Amino acid sequence: MNLRRDVFQAIADPTRRAILLLVASQAMTAGAIAANFDTARPTVSKHLQILTECELLQQQQNGREIYYHLNALKMKEVDDFIEPFRQMWDDRFNKLEAIMKNYKTEK
Amino acid sequence: MEQKTKIHAEDGKQDLTITREFDLPLELLFKAYEEPNIVEQWMGTKVLKLENKKHGSYQFETTDPKGNKHGFNGVIHEFVPTEKITRTFEMENTPASAYRFPIQLEFLEFEKLTDATSKLTMHILYRSVADRDQMLKLPFAQGINMAHNRIQDILNPLK
Repeated sequence: MNLRRDVFQAIADPTRRAILLLVASQAMTAGAIAANFDTARPTVSKHLQILTECELLQQQQNGREIYYHLNALKMKEVDDFIEPFRQMWDDRFNKLEAIMKNYKTEK
Repeated sequence: MEQKTKIHAEDGKQDLTITREFDLPLELLFKAYEEPNIVEQWMGTKVLKLENKKHGSYQFETTDPKGNKHGFNGVIHEFVPTEKITRTFEMENTPASAYRFPIQLEFLEFEKLTDATSKLTMHILYRSVADRDQMLKLPFAQGINMAHNRIQDILNPLK
């Protein structure tokens, strides 16, 4: 049975979120990713397969090694990717606005 | 509800635009970028240096919850009060293992909308498409981290 894979299914699992977190900073091989978990290697492989199927991860052949990296476009497509960036700026600007409103009334 | 802060980032491009409308007069909005003690408050950073003039430079330092210090700096190329700031931005001390971000170029434009409202347009140019996308991913990664503390439960025993 081949279930339709979607992004929300992928990020619903804590191990998969941890994998995304790991590869967000740098592309990694399956071995290097698995080394961060005490779960069985096949379990990690299964997670990698799911993340790849829903296109959150992309494989890149580098010599004999396959590196997994975050698929930025897919993340953006679902807004999960760009939304935290927007939120970060929104929070900053909300703070700026609040501070300057106080500043105005203090004067 | 319409979002006050908008990000425009086209696929395959090495720039992005952040726009925000403020319920603040233009002068007050600009002051938030000009006064070091106000910058410190809303950016949540220490301002070590802020020279608001052509060929001036700035240096900020933030401390993360673990107590690690992170430096940011840049050079100011244009500084026209209530109009625009053009500057570079560089992250310091990126660990060798992590992705190294090249310097980016930022164009900030300030506009008056009404007497009580104003708009900021921030156009950021990255060295490559990959650099831009990598920068966009940072808060995503941090967001996962913060929103789901369980990740720590998974990662901690493995260190």
